[in-house]
Amino acid sequence: MIRIGDAPRVRRLLIGVALALTVLFLLLPLVAIFAQALMSGIDVYWQNLSNAYTLSAIGLTLLVAVITVPVNLVFGVFLAWLVTRFEFPGRRLLQTLIDIPFAVSPVVAGLVYLLLYGRNGWLGGWLDAHDIQIMFAWPGIVLVTLFVTCPFVARELIPLMQAQGSREEEAAVTLGASGWTIFRRVTLPNIRHALLYGVILTNARAVGEFGAVSVVAGAIRGETNTLPLQVEQLYQDYNTVGAFTSASLLALLALLTLAAKAALEWRAARRETAT
Amino acid sequence: MFGLSRPRSLFAASAFGLTLALGALSPAQAQEELRELLNSSYDIARELFAAVNPKFIDWWQAQHDETVSVKQSHGGSSTQARSIMQGMRADVVTFNQVTDVNVLADAGLVAKDWQDRYPNHASPYYSTIAFLVRKGNPKHIENWDDLAGDDVSLVFPNPKTSGNGRYTYLAAWGYADKTFDGDESKIEDFMKTFLGNVEVFDTGGRGATTTFVERDIGDVLITFESEVNNIRNEYGKDDYEVVVPPVSILAEFPVAVVDEYAERNGNEDLAKGYLDYLYTEEAQRLLAGFNYRVNDEKVAEEFRDQFPQTELLRVEDVFGSWPEAMKTHFASGGELDQLQRR
Amino acid sequence: MIAQALTRRRERRVLPGFGLSLGISLTFVSLVLLLPLTSLVGQLSQLSWSQYWFLITDPRLLASYTVTLLAAAVAALSNAVFGLLMAWVLVRYEFPGKRLVDALMDLPFALPTAVAGITLATLYSSNGWIGRLLEPLGISVSYTWVGIALAMAFTSIPFVVRTVQPVLEDLPAEVDEAAMTLGASDGLAFRRVILPYLWPALVTGTGLAFVRSLGEFGAVIFIAGGKPYETEITSLMIFVKLQEYDYAGASAVASIVLATSLALLLAINLWQGRFIKRLHGGRG
Repeated sequence: MIRIGDAPRVRRLLIGVALALTVLFLLLPLVAIFAQALMSGIDVYWQNLSNAYTLSAIGLTLLVAVITVPVNLVFGVFLAWLVTRFEFPGRRLLQTLIDIPFAVSPVVAGLVYLLLYGRNGWLGGWLDAHDIQIMFAWPGIVLVTLFVTCPFVARELIPLMQAQGSREEEAAVTLGASGWTIFRRVTLPNIRHALLYGVILTNARAVGEFGAVSVVAGAIRGETNTLPLQVEQLYQDYNTVGAFTSASLLALLALLTLAAKAALEWRAARRETAT
Repeated sequence: MFGLSRPRSLFAASAFGLTLALGALSPAQAQEELRELLNSSYDIARELFAAVNPKFIDWWQAQHDETVSVKQSHGGSSTQARSIMQGMRADVVTFNQVTDVNVLADAGLVAKDWQDRYPNHASPYYSTIAFLVRKGNPKHIENWDDLAGDDVSLVFPNPKTSGNGRYTYLAAWGYADKTFDGDESKIEDFMKTFLGNVEVFDTGGRGATTTFVERDIGDVLITFESEVNNIRNEYGKDDYEVVVPPVSILAEFPVAVVDEYAERNGNEDLAKGYLDYLYTEEAQRLLAGFNYRVNDEKVAEEFRDQFPQTELLRVEDVFGSWPEAMKTHFASGGELDQLQRR
Repeated sequence: MIAQALTRRRERRVLPGFGLSLGISLTFVSLVLLLPLTSLVGQLSQLSWSQYWFLITDPRLLASYTVTLLAAAVAALSNAVFGLLMAWVLVRYEFPGKRLVDALMDLPFALPTAVAGITLATLYSSNGWIGRLLEPLGISVSYTWVGIALAMAFTSIPFVVRTVQPVLEDLPAEVDEAAMTLGASDGLAFRRVILPYLWPALVTGTGLAFVRSLGEFGAVIFIAGGKPYETEITSLMIFVKLQEYDYAGASAVASIVLATSLALLLAINLWQGRFIKRLHGGRG
């Protein structure tokens, strides 16, 4: 069969250019992170890594992910179920609303939360009077992270669940299955991959958010610094190696994310060819 | 651990149905609670307070037989003040801008008479604006007028977002005011050329340093004398030279207790003690070691060779007062905006 | 018609969980999305129209719009070309390391933007690995608008690749064959036959990359010079206004960015909707 661009010359040229660009724009930055982190040797790397502030930043970053990922997972599933399984007025609007975090600059996301929960904000006065601290403490960081990551799971699920339709679930209802059983036995197996993909994306963003978090965190060392903030601060401290050490952790996480995603896609592709 | 030292944040989160996730974390509370002081400070004081805090903790231990801990938050002075106004519970502020403390005083968080509560206008140390040039001073930079030359590129942080950027601007203006004897149009011409020579405006002092040193951009880095010397020590004495101009500005580093929060945190005595400590001979020596000028006579004498004699202009003398300087020069549509307009 | 509506209504009740999912979704959307955004409206309502107009038409701000729009446009267009090439190569050719290259395409989404920012700034500064090579050629990237465009382009790489790739995969082989047997050259056949198929996905991907670039802050801030009228981006202007305790001003600028991005997103969604309708031949 003849296909466009199949001539060896064209093929070699295109592959060559594509590889060169990938190496230049994607691989090189990645290599640079680890090269910078290990510039002064592995001992210094470990030393930087076991720094108390870095450890606490790792802990806080994990905490944020541990809270935001499940919350957004639950929300995303319910929202997707709602907009793909029912017709109701305002459905379109709801779907557009969920896109807002994609359109909002992270700095603005931080700003709106500060305006709401800050001491001079609408809720802030009440919170302050009751001695409840949200901004400049970890709950504020969790909240803005929830905001910036809330679309991912729903956005992955909605197109898929729309395409699949609800016939299988309706059949299950006529067989007398309860809602939870239907979801677990019928829906979940169909959306498992998309769900996992959504979770991976949510997690990557939750761990790496910088702009929004930097507005509400207050940069208290060892207390409200997440890893990306720690990267920035070390970078500003003339500690380039330290900054890239923390950055290398995040890069490692990014690589794990990519690997997990690739594995998922590979398995999905294999299943498709098998059936 | 993660801010759990203030148990009220638990309530906040539970209000959002996150109680479950938190249940697992509360054991962190179990350890014995130390009193914690939060010092909110400017960007480039990280190393300074990393050195001061352990000494203060020893000092407090010796005086009151109590072990305490001190936490630091660093950022642009204005960012820090804004965070405190929005509810960051700092007990003390150690800033590089009088205006940023004034903002807190206006908001009722700091006493109105804060400048009278500690010696030297509540400024335990001071500095001035100096230049860092590359090895051999190839562009022959000696004074401010050299910076408004034809072939000089400058790096200093954005005066809108950074304290030392603001001092740099005021120092240049002060110099021009003196040289041209208050001739507005000549001053403005000078300032236009000066600002036009800026190669990069970073948002903070440290960003500017990185630009100059690591990115190799610009002929002159303009920042605090203390910072200029620290950079030279950090990055090699052979590659850079420090130039302190014969006329520059007096940069005070004001300190204050954030009464409102210190009281609520139960840290009033600790906060006051912390600021008192900064005036002790031990702390002053430490400060001088970080290239800040100090008022303690004995220490000042010890470090006399380190600090060249310079005529230091006071903001109050040249610009009337800080609020006036802010309004005329840095507010939206003010002199700075006019000078940068095309 | 009425009968149809009635059956549909009955259908709706077939599946359980409407009340629960509606409740949870609305609560979450109101608390996490809408409530904070109202505070922005609250700040804006303190301004009169003329004040608002004055704030958003400040010459320096206008210059920042130009810088941001231009850099984002350059970033999106370069990504259109790069993304098209990558999608083509990944779908049509086999070569060693293909899976790795495919996985790497998602790196910019997985890598925190601040990390991307400091890495790019380090690589492209005049003493960095790449900057060192460019300097003798008289090209400077860091602290110029080229750097801004580069950072924006990096963070939005996946958009075009990932929207074009599936469409290209679904393209029937007969299309190629038909074009080639007619004797067209590769270039002509691609332009006349393949490109019209890919066009909607390509425009959507490029549009998304553009929207994302407009709001990018973390990666850009490390590499933008912040020189008034030259390398100041609009996000930075919001940041500067915040430093001046000017919440109303910051909100005003934020509202412009927000409105622009939302309008673009809406346009992309509508455009995509129309295209899908056309594809399904009026069934939709």
